[in-house]
Amino acid sequence: MTVAATPEATAAIAARTGRPSLRHRLAERGIDRVLLLLVPGVLFLVLLFVYPFLYGLQLSFAPEQGGPLSNYQTFFSDPYLRDTIATTMWIGLPAALINVLASVPIAYQMRGRFRGKRTLTTLLVVPITLGTVLTAEGLIQYVGPSGWVNKFLRDFGLVDQPLILIHNYWGVFFSLVITGFPFAFLLVLSYLSGIDPTLEQAAASMGAGWRQRFRYVTLPLLAPGLAITFCLSFVLAFSVFPSANLVGDPSGSTRVIAIAAFHAAFEQYDYSMGSAIAMIMGAVMLAVIALVLGWRSTLYRGATGGKG
Amino acid sequence: MQDQRFSELRLAGIGRTFGAQAALRDLSLTIRGGEFIALLGPSGCGKSTALNCLAGLLPLTTGSIWLDDRRIDGLPPERRGFGMVFQNYALFPHMTVRDNIAFGLKMRKVPKSELLRRVDDVMRLVRLEDHAGKLPPQLSGGQQQRVAIARAIVYEPPVVLMDEPLSNLDAQLRLAMRTEIRRLHQTLHLTTIYVTHDQVEALSMADRLVVLREGIVQQVGTPDEVYGDPANRYVAGFMGYRNMLELDVARVTGTEAVVTGQGVRFTGRAFGQLETTRAVAAIRPEDIVVEAAGPNQVQVIAEVVEYHGHEMLVEARLPGGDPLFFRTEKRLAPGDATTVSVPTDRVLVYPADTPAALVEEVA
Repeated sequence: MTVAATPEATAAIAARTGRPSLRHRLAERGIDRVLLLLVPGVLFLVLLFVYPFLYGLQLSFAPEQGGPLSNYQTFFSDPYLRDTIATTMWIGLPAALINVLASVPIAYQMRGRFRGKRTLTTLLVVPITLGTVLTAEGLIQYVGPSGWVNKFLRDFGLVDQPLILIHNYWGVFFSLVITGFPFAFLLVLSYLSGIDPTLEQAAASMGAGWRQRFRYVTLPLLAPGLAITFCLSFVLAFSVFPSANLVGDPSGSTRVIAIAAFHAAFEQYDYSMGSAIAMIMGAVMLAVIALVLGWRSTLYRGATGGKG
Repeated sequence: MQDQRFSELRLAGIGRTFGAQAALRDLSLTIRGGEFIALLGPSGCGKSTALNCLAGLLPLTTGSIWLDDRRIDGLPPERRGFGMVFQNYALFPHMTVRDNIAFGLKMRKVPKSELLRRVDDVMRLVRLEDHAGKLPPQLSGGQQQRVAIARAIVYEPPVVLMDEPLSNLDAQLRLAMRTEIRRLHQTLHLTTIYVTHDQVEALSMADRLVVLREGIVQQVGTPDEVYGDPANRYVAGFMGYRNMLELDVARVTGTEAVVTGQGVRFTGRAFGQLETTRAVAAIRPEDIVVEAAGPNQVQVIAEVVEYHGHEMLVEARLPGGDPLFFRTEKRLAPGDATTVSVPTDRVLVYPADTPAALVEEVA
C-alpha cells in the first residue's frame, strides 16, 4: 500500500477479493501505520544510547593489558577506586532521601487550590533552571569562609572559627539539595494532585484527623510515587560530577565515582578503564533502583481516584 | 447499640458566599431526630453547598448549626461525627471492603472484637458479606454504592449526609438502591439528609422536602404538601406541573381565582398575592381528564402522541395556539379534536412575577 486507501476503496477491494483488507488484517494483529511515527524516536535511541552503551560495554572488557575482566579486578582491588562507590552513596542516598522527604510536606500543603499557588510553585522550581556552576558560585559566596552565613554567625558570636561548609562533603550535599529539590517537589506534587481530594474528605467525615488522614489515606496512595521520585532523585545525585569538583573536595572526601571514571578516561587516557568504571556506576544505580522498585511492588499501585 | 439519638438538628439562618456570589442564603430548618430530609433542586441551587456546610467541609459565611443545645458549626468534619456518602463514593481504593467499612470505627478506637462484630453486622445489612476481602475497583457500581453507605452508617452517626448517591447508577439499579436506602432508614432510624435533583427520588424517600432555588429555600414540607400544593410556580414546575399557562386574572374571590386567555376560562386555586393582572395557571398532565363532563372544559387538538405503556402523553393545542400536555388512557391520534376538563382544585394559579424562562428550564 503506497497511498492511504479510503474506507470505500478498502471495502471495495475486500468485496472483490473476498477477504478483509490488508489494513484490517494488520489491525487485527495490533499493527497500525501510525506506529511508523515511532521510527525517528527509536532510531534516535539506538544511535545515541544503545550503540554507545554497547560500545562502552565491550570496551570495558578490552583492557590494554590483562584479561577481559582485569579492569573490574583492578577497580575492586584498589581501595582508592573501590571506595568511590561508598563515597558516592554517602552523598547520593541522603541527598535523594532529603529531597523526597522535604518535598512531601510542602507538596501536601500545596495540593489544593489557593491564591498565589502558581507564583509559589515557580519560586520553588526556579533552582532547576540554575546551572550547577551558578549554584556553586552562589554557595561559595553564601556559605564560604568569608560568606554571609559565616559573617552572621561570627558577628553574633555563635562561632569562633568559620564553619567549613564548602570544599567538603557539605558543599556537594547542599548543591545536590538545591538542584534536586525542585525536581523531586514537582514530581511529588503531581502524584499528590492525582489523588482524589474527596478521599481525604471522606476520611475526615469518618473521624480521621489530619495525621490519620495522611497516614491511612494519602501516604499509602502516594508511596509508589515516592518510590519513583526517590529513584530518579537518586540517579541524579549518584551521577554528581561538576559540584563534586567545584564545591567539593574532589581528591578526598568527595571523590565520587564519576570523578574516578573521568580521571581514568581523560587524564590517564585509559578509555577501557573509564568505561569499566562507568559500567560499575550504572550497575550500582540499577541495584539501588531494583531494591526500591522491589519494595514498591509490594504496595497498592492501582487507581487513586475516588470511584476506584 | 450505642445511642446517638438527639431530639433536633437546627440550622439557624445558614448561608455561604463564594466571592460575590451567594451559593446558599439564610437556610433555617429544624430537623427532628430520625427524620429523612431531602434537599431538592437543580444543579447550582445550593443543595450541595448546604450539605458540605453541614458536614463541615465548607465553613459557614452566616448562621449557626445546633445539635440540640450544642453548637457544632465551628467543629471540623472529624469532630462532628456525621456519616457522609459522596456522589463518587470516595471509597479508599487501597483498602478492602472490610477495611473501608471499619475505618470509622478504627478512628473511634473501638475494641477489635466489637469492631469486627459491627462491621460484620453492617456488611450483612447491605448484603456485602461475600465481598469483604475485595478492593473497591473489583466491585460493581451498586456494590461500591453499598460500601459507601455501610461505611457511613457503621459507627451509627447522629446524622447521615448523602450527596446525590444514586446519580452514578443506571436506572434499574437506582430504583433498587432507592428502596434499599429507604429500608435502611426504616430499620436504623438514622437522621438522614439527602441531596438530589430528582424529584421522584426526593418524593419517594423523604419525610420532608426542602426545595431550593438559587440558594434560597422555596418550600419546606411533606412530599404530599410539596407535590399537591407547591408554594410557587417554580416549585410547581419542579414537581411536574408541566403546563404553565400565562393568562389574565379575571376575578379573585378568597382562594378561588378565575383566569382567562388563549380561548380558555379556568377556575382554580389562588396562591400568593394575585394582585397582578397576569397569572400562571399550573396544571399537571395527569390531572387533565379527557372526554369528561367536568369543570374547566376546553376544546383541544392533539398534535404529538407519545406511547407510555398503559397511557399516552399527548401534546395538544389550545384554541389560542399554546401547547397543553396531558396523559390519557384513551387512544388518540395526531389531529384528533377532543374536549378536556380539569378539576378546579387541580388548577393552581400563581402570580406571573417570576420570569417564565426560569420555570421552563426546570419543568
